[in-house]
Amino acid sequence: MFPEALEYHIAPYISNFVKWLLHTCGPAFDSFSSSLITIMVQIEHGLLFVPWWLWVIGITFLSWRITRHTGKTILPAVLLMTVGVLGLWDIAMETLSIIIVSVLLALIIGIPSGIAMAVSNRVNTIFTPILDAMQTMPSFVYLIPALMLFGLGKVPGVVATVIYAVPPVQRLTNLGIRQVSDSVQEAALAFGATPWQLMKEVRLPLAMPSILAGVNQTTMMALAMVVIASMIGAGGLGEKVLVATNRIDVGAGFEAGWAIVVLAIIIDRLSQGAASKFDNTSIQR
Amino acid sequence: MNNISETYLLEVKNLWKVFTKDNAECNVYDAAAVKKLEAAGGVVAVRDVSFKIKRGEVFVIMGLSGSGKSTLIRCLPRLIDPSSGSIMMNGDNVSEMDQQQLTEFRRTKAAMVFQHYGLLPHRTVLENVSFGLKLRGVDQKDREMKAEQAIEQVGLKGWETHYPSQLSGGMQQRVGIARALVQETELLLLDEPFSGLDPLIRREMQEELLRLQEQLHKTMVFVTHDLSEAVRLGDRMAVMKSGEFVQEGTPQEIIMHPADEYVQRFVQDEQKITLMMEQESKTSNVRTLPVRSGDRSEKAAAGTRR
Repeated sequence: MFPEALEYHIAPYISNFVKWLLHTCGPAFDSFSSSLITIMVQIEHGLLFVPWWLWVIGITFLSWRITRHTGKTILPAVLLMTVGVLGLWDIAMETLSIIIVSVLLALIIGIPSGIAMAVSNRVNTIFTPILDAMQTMPSFVYLIPALMLFGLGKVPGVVATVIYAVPPVQRLTNLGIRQVSDSVQEAALAFGATPWQLMKEVRLPLAMPSILAGVNQTTMMALAMVVIASMIGAGGLGEKVLVATNRIDVGAGFEAGWAIVVLAIIIDRLSQGAASKFDNTSIQR
Repeated sequence: MNNISETYLLEVKNLWKVFTKDNAECNVYDAAAVKKLEAAGGVVAVRDVSFKIKRGEVFVIMGLSGSGKSTLIRCLPRLIDPSSGSIMMNGDNVSEMDQQQLTEFRRTKAAMVFQHYGLLPHRTVLENVSFGLKLRGVDQKDREMKAEQAIEQVGLKGWETHYPSQLSGGMQQRVGIARALVQETELLLLDEPFSGLDPLIRREMQEELLRLQEQLHKTMVFVTHDLSEAVRLGDRMAVMKSGEFVQEGTPQEIIMHPADEYVQRFVQDEQKITLMMEQESKTSNVRTLPVRSGDRSEKAAAGTRR
C-alpha cells in the first residue's frame, strides 16, 4: 500500500481552474460557441440541400477522377447508397458537418504549428510532450472540461474532436518538412532563397505528401472521435450508436456503425487519392 | 590596390573554419587555443587558407575527401560561415555582409553547382533552371526566356518539361549547370560536379564545361578529388590536405615539381602518363590522351596565362 500520508490530489485545483476560466472568460466561450454553431448549422443545411442522387453522382465522378478504375469508382457510390437505404442519410450528414468543421479547425491549428515545430527546435521540444499527452490521454477526460466550458451539444463535441485530431497532421507536417533533403535546401540557399522562399518554394512542396498523409490521418481520427463526442450530445451517427448501446440493440448499433464505416471509407479513399496527385516522388523514370 | 582588384576577382585571406561542438567562438590566431580545441574534439576543416583568383581563371581545389575542400568552397558564399578570415570579391567584403547583402550576393554574384545536383524534384527542368531568377523576382516570361537559352547552351533543348527524376545523372548535372549559368554571375562555384558520374560521361561533361568556358569566360572555383580532372580543367590549382593548401600553382608545375611526398603520391600516375605521352609524340605526331594538359604545358612553357 502506498502510504496515505503521501497522498495528494491535484483534482480540486484543476476543477477550480476550469471553474475560474468559466467565470472570467464565460462570455468569450459563449460567443465562440454560438458562432461555431451558426457555421455548423449552415454547413449541415448545405450538405442536406444537395439531393442524395447528386451526392452519389458527385462521389462517383470524384472517385473516377482519382482512381480511373471501374470497381473503385462504383464502390463508394454503392456504399453511400446503403447509408440512405438504412434510413441514416440525414444523420450521416449531421456527422459529416461535425467532421468537416473539426477537420478544418484541426488543420488551421495543426499545419501552422507543425511548421513552427519544424522551424524551431525549441518549439519542437515544447510541443512533442504536449502532443504525446493529447494522444494518450483518454478522450473522455477532455470531454468533461469541454462540456463545462461550451455546454452540451455540438460545440464541445467539435472542441474535443479537434484536440483528438490535431496531433497527426501536426506531427506529419513537422516530420515532412524536416525530411526535406539537405542538398536541395542548400542549393536553394546558394541561389539566394530567403527563409520564407525556402519554406514556400522548397520545404512545403516537398513535404506535401507527408502533410496530406497527416490530413488523412486527422480526418480518420475525427471520425473515430465523433462517436465518443456523442456522449456530450454532439448528435449524429454517434448518438445512434450510443442509444443502441444503452438499449443493447445489436441491430441498430450495427446499422449506425456501418454508416460510420462507409463515411470513413469514402473520405479515406478520396483524400488518399487527392494526396497521391500531389506526391512528387511518384514521378519516376 | 585598385590595380590588384582589377586583375583579381576573388581574394581569400587567412580563412579558417573550425567546427566545434557548441559552435564556440575561438581565437584561431592563437596556435595554442587551436590545439586545445582540436584536443577537445573540435575539427579544423579549413586552416589559414589564402588565395587569389584572376578574372576568367579556372581555379581547381583538389584534395581527398575530408581535406576540407567542400567546406572551403561553401565558405565563399557563406553557406558555411567561416570562423575567421576575409573573402573579398570585386572589392566587396563577403565575410562582413549582413543577411540581406548576402542574399543579394548569392543571387547576383556567385552561382553554385553541386555534386548531388540539388534539383527540385517537383519542378520541371525549365522551372529548375529558372529557379534562381524566380527567387530574384524576375517575371515568368523573362525568366523562362533566359532559362530556355541556358538549357540550349548545355544541350538539353527538348527536355524542358521533364522532371529531374526522368533524367540521367549527366543530364541532371547539365540542368544544375544551366541553373548556375542563367544567373549570369561572374563567379561560378563547382563542388565536385562530375564526381557522381561514370568516367565516359564525366569526360564528356568536362569537355562541355571547357566549351562553355571558351564562350563565357567565367571565373570558376572547381573542387575535385580527381587529378586528371584538375589537370584538364584548371588554369591553376591548389592541393589541399587536412584543411591546408599544400601546394598551389599551374597543373604543370604541380605534376612536375610536387612540393612534398603527399602531392607526389597524388601525381605519380599523371607523371607516368605525361612521360608516356612525350615519348609517344616523339615517335609519332598523333597525340592521344590528355590533349588539354598538352595544350596547357605548351601555354605554361610559353609563360603566358590568359
